[in-house]
Amino acid sequence: MNLATLSASYLRARPLNTALSVILLALGVGTIVLLLLVVGQAEERMHRDARGVDLVVGAKGSPMQLMLAGIYHLDAPTGNIPLSTVALLSKNRMVKRAMPLALGDSWKGHRIVGAGKEYPDHYGAELRDGRFYQKPMEAVLGYEVAQRTGVGVGATFKGAHGIGSDPGDEHEDSYTVVGVLAKSGSVVDRLVLTSIESVWQVHEQHQGPQDDADRKALEEAREVTVVLVQYASPLAAATLPRQINSQSELQAASPAYETARLFRIVGVGIEALRGFAAVLILAAGLSVFIALYTALEERRYELAVMRTLGASPGKLFGLLIGEAFVLSLLGVILGLVLGHGLAAALGAWLESQQQYPVTGLEWRPEELWVAGTALGVGVIAALVPAWRAYRTDVSRTLARG
Amino acid sequence: MIAVRSLAHRYGAAEALRLSEWKVAQGERWLVLGRSGSGKTTLLHVIAGLIRPTEGEVEVAGENLCRLEGARLDRWRATSVGIVLQALHLVKHLSVRDNLRLAQYLAKAPQDDKRIDDTLGALGVGAKSSRRPSELSQGEQQRVAIARAVVNRPKLVLADEPTANLDDAAAATVVELLTEQAGRQGATLVVATHDARVKGKFRERLEL
Repeated sequence: MNLATLSASYLRARPLNTALSVILLALGVGTIVLLLLVVGQAEERMHRDARGVDLVVGAKGSPMQLMLAGIYHLDAPTGNIPLSTVALLSKNRMVKRAMPLALGDSWKGHRIVGAGKEYPDHYGAELRDGRFYQKPMEAVLGYEVAQRTGVGVGATFKGAHGIGSDPGDEHEDSYTVVGVLAKSGSVVDRLVLTSIESVWQVHEQHQGPQDDADRKALEEAREVTVVLVQYASPLAAATLPRQINSQSELQAASPAYETARLFRIVGVGIEALRGFAAVLILAAGLSVFIALYTALEERRYELAVMRTLGASPGKLFGLLIGEAFVLSLLGVILGLVLGHGLAAALGAWLESQQQYPVTGLEWRPEELWVAGTALGVGVIAALVPAWRAYRTDVSRTLARG
Repeated sequence: MIAVRSLAHRYGAAEALRLSEWKVAQGERWLVLGRSGSGKTTLLHVIAGLIRPTEGEVEVAGENLCRLEGARLDRWRATSVGIVLQALHLVKHLSVRDNLRLAQYLAKAPQDDKRIDDTLGALGVGAKSSRRPSELSQGEQQRVAIARAVVNRPKLVLADEPTANLDDAAAATVVELLTEQAGRQGATLVVATHDARVKGKFRERLEL
């Protein structure tokens, strides 16, 4: 027997009170842990995907939409821009690198992205199988795409017009899978990559060039969807976006600025949830306080008897604090399990929706802080009942009984 | 063993106890008699170091209780005194065995299951060791309370109205067991009661 087993045995004798305090605390801790995991992982991933991209250049529209479509492939693109823009940007001295992407089609919900090899290289994605595309109508699958569809090198597929959940008609041309990428933990995992020429070819066949003049006209009208720009120097940030935005067809969006804006918008909801979780933890503290305090009346004999058996007042103080600690510890452990379990469940659901992945199998340092705070709240809630137990007047209590 | 001189205790203005002199030798068995309100319980609590008397000197088991403070007094009580109370006050959420183990734990004595089983066996409740107090009869609960009072082999056993809620047979057994247990380990026994059934069993008496 020790203080812990003595505390635990008392809590076992009052299962309903114990369960209430533990569950309230677990819900509070679980909610905060879930938020930490989801927000933390989303932020990390968004920063990783946007790393090395200082500017997204595309057609006029909403800059946030342009960023979501151009970098994260989450939204529809704002439109297309002339191919000549790429050369224009590449020649600019303030630009270190300009990566054009051609979007518009999808396969089984996965976006088909026309891009050069520099694009997967930028994210450190390496081939796991096969080779990189060399000719039009060859495609390389991202890791998750291959996983989900179960398709490998040698397979063929037809792209569907449009992106999102409700794609349009299938195109006639078939892509051939020539390679599969290894997991890179970036946006490339969710994409089907092909050359920009493939995207052009698929779309031009709708009209079908009749003669050389026609072909020339078509080639002049060739377009890309976005250009991902890396600055040559930080100074470019001051002038380049303004320069681009002043041209009638073009728009430049800064991922750093737009993600910050996005998190500011979503942040209100996150803060509200966080506040709600804090209220839950406080309610749990209150329930610990009420459970211990109301039980004091019926326990005063028991506590006085412990004094006759030689327990010091400090021991009784410790006993009540110990009970609150055991309660809080159970609540915190259950809350951590709950938070990680919910994150894993949410991750499984998001994966089925082909959204950003979330995992429950990851620890964040802030969780220690949450656990410590919840334990602290539980123990502080026990201070007043513990003090009353400390002050038990043994003789008077026993004389009354 | 016990030496009391010019003792008085008051709760506020009301005098609860006055005793000019009382001496008890090691191993003696005393009965403290008196109406209710005559100060029997107060005297027992003074001897057990649970209250500090307003006036007078109290020496118990070689310690001057007026000079023992706080934690040292608690330590002294844990190892030197075993107390049986009128109402039973076993700890409800602990089994019979754990009630005795609690006494060992609080006295910082080794937690000795053999000693617990021997003590419960000697009091005839060895078979009930894993039961909760609420599953026992009044008489059985009082035996467990006695077992808990003697498990640490105290030099002094105090009992406050130990027979109050018991029928004649159970009351006789409890008195018998108390004297037997105290005798077995050479402890001094002081029983406070107004129960006429107990009076015949003790030679030494203190009337309050």
